[in-house]
Amino acid sequence: MILAARDLAVRYPGIATRALDGVSFRVEPRRLVAVAGPNGSGKTTLVNAMLGLVPLERGTSLLDGKPVAEWRRGSLAKVVGVVPQREEVVFPLTVTQTVMLGRYPHLGPLAPIGYHDREATLRALRRCDIEPIAERRVDTLSGGEWQRVRLARALAQQPRILVLDEPTASLDVRHEMQLFELVRALVTDGLAGLVVTHELNLAARFADRIVLLDRGKVVADGAPAEVLRREILTEVFGWPVAVTTWRDGSPQVIPLRVGEAAPD
Amino acid sequence: MKRAALVVLLLVPLSLAIGLWAGPVTLSPAELWDGLRHPYADSAAIVRDLRLPRVLLAFLVGGSLSVVGASLQALLRNPLADPYLLGLSGGAGLGAVLAIALNPEWPWAVPAAAFAGAAGAVALVYRLSVVAGRRLDPRVLLLAGVVVGSFAGAIMTTVVSLTEAAELRRAFLWLLGGFGGASWSALIIFSAYAAVPLLVLLLSGRTLDLLALGEESAKHLGADVERNKRIVYIATSLLTAASVAVCGIVGFVGLVVPHAVRRIWTPMHRQLLPAVFFVGGAFLVLADGLARTIVRPLELPVGAVTAIVGVPLFALLLRRNYT
Repeated sequence: MILAARDLAVRYPGIATRALDGVSFRVEPRRLVAVAGPNGSGKTTLVNAMLGLVPLERGTSLLDGKPVAEWRRGSLAKVVGVVPQREEVVFPLTVTQTVMLGRYPHLGPLAPIGYHDREATLRALRRCDIEPIAERRVDTLSGGEWQRVRLARALAQQPRILVLDEPTASLDVRHEMQLFELVRALVTDGLAGLVVTHELNLAARFADRIVLLDRGKVVADGAPAEVLRREILTEVFGWPVAVTTWRDGSPQVIPLRVGEAAPD
Repeated sequence: MKRAALVVLLLVPLSLAIGLWAGPVTLSPAELWDGLRHPYADSAAIVRDLRLPRVLLAFLVGGSLSVVGASLQALLRNPLADPYLLGLSGGAGLGAVLAIALNPEWPWAVPAAAFAGAAGAVALVYRLSVVAGRRLDPRVLLLAGVVVGSFAGAIMTTVVSLTEAAELRRAFLWLLGGFGGASWSALIIFSAYAAVPLLVLLLSGRTLDLLALGEESAKHLGADVERNKRIVYIATSLLTAASVAVCGIVGFVGLVVPHAVRRIWTPMHRQLLPAVFFVGGAFLVLADGLARTIVRPLELPVGAVTAIVGVPLFALLLRRNYT
C-alpha cells in the first residue's frame, strides 16, 4: 500500500505564507522516508495533511490510490498506524490497556475483545520489547518506554504504513537507537515507514530517502548522501555545518562552532 | 476484577433495602416486606407510594449523574469535570428560582422551568464554543460553561434577593437538591426521558477511551472525533438536565464516584460506565436515606449529605492511592 502526497499546499487561517507549498513524495512498502527540516518548516503539518487532519488548499494525498479525505477514519486506522508527536496522559492506563487501544479500529462499539485481538496485542508488546512492563501504569514509565508503548499501540493496529512524528525527541542515545533500529526492522519486514525527525544523522543511517523541508517547500529529496550536503544544510538551517562520511557510506553532519572553518 | 464486580452487585440490593427502610417512620423488616408484597398492608402506603419511587429515583439519578461525570471527564480530558460544570446548574437554578418566585399553580412548573433553564444554558454554551472554535474544543467549552454559569448565577442571585423569605428558603433548598418531591410519575417521566441518553453513553465506552487520549490520538485510532464529541456532549447535557428537573442540583456524586471507581477498579470506560452507574446509584440512595433520617422529622438537602459523607471518603481514597 502506498501513501502519496501530490502537490500538497496548506494555509492556516490568518497567516500570509503557506505552511506547506507544493509538496510531493511517496511512502512505499519496505522503504523508510525521513522528513527533516528546521523548526517550523512544516514537517508536522505535512504529516497531518497527508493523513487528512488539516484542510488542503491545493493538491491531494492518496492512500492506495484513493484520496485520504474520502477514507473513513475507522478504515484509515486499520492501515495507517501513527505515533503522534505529543500525547499527554490524563487518565493513566496500564501498558497492555494502552496497546489494546490499537485494536479499536478493528472492533465495533460492542464487539468483545477476541483471541485475535489479544494475539495482536501480545505480538506488539513483544516486538517492542515491553512485555516485561505490560502491567505497569503508563504514568510510571520512562520516556523511552513510553515511546515504545505508543509504537506498540500503532503496531497493534496491524497497519501497512507506519508514521512517526519526532519519535526520539528527548530520548537518550540508547533509546533513540533502539527505537530507530526497531522502526527500521519493521520497515524491512514489509511496512511502509514515514518518520519526521530532527536527527539528521539518524535519518542518514536509517532512512532510504530524506525529504528536506524549508518554509513549507521541499528543498531537497533523495538518498541521504544527495540531500545532506554542506551547502544545502548551511542554507536551510542557517548555520554552518561540515559533512563527513561514516564507514557505512552514510553522510554525518557536524555543526561547526563559531569561527571554526569547515574542512575541505 | 471479579471481586469488584461482586461487591458492586451486592451493593445495589443492599442500598435499596437500606433506602426503603430508612425514613421518619421506623418500620421493622417484616413490615417493610409486607408493605412491598401486599398493597393493603398497613405499611403499604409508606413503602409503596413514598419510599419505593423515591429510592428508585435516587438510584437512577445517582447512576445517571455518575455516568455523565465519567463521560464528561473523558470528553474534556479533565478529572475535575462534573455534570454541572458546563453552565447547566446555573441555567437550571435560574429557571427553578424564577418559577419559585413567580409561584404558579402548575405542580410541574419548577421542574419544567429547571429543565428549560438547563437546556437554554447548554444551548448557549454549545453555541459559544462553536462560534469560538468552529468545533467543540474542550477548553473553549469549559470557558463558555463557566461564563454562562456565572451569568445565570448572577441573575439568579438578583431574583433571589428580591423574593419573599418563604420563597427564598424554598429556592435555596431546591438548589441543594433533594428527593422530597419524588413520586411514581416523576420516576416514570425521568426513566422514559433518561433511557436514550443513558444508553447512548453506556454504548460509547470505546469512544470515550479514545477521546480521553486527546483528539489527535483518537483520530489516528479511528475515532470520528467531531461527531463523537457532539453525541457525548448532547447526551450528557440531556441527562443532567433531566436529573436537575426531578431533584435539583445534587453535587459531588458525578465528580467523585467516577474518580473512585476509576482508581479502585478500571479506567476503561466499557467497564467503568456500568460500574459507576451502579455505584453512583447506590451511593445516592444511601445519601438520601441519611438525609431523611439523621435530623428526622426534618430532612437535609441530599446535596449536603453527599458532600459531608463523600468528602472524607474521597480524602481517604486519595491518601490510600497516593502513598
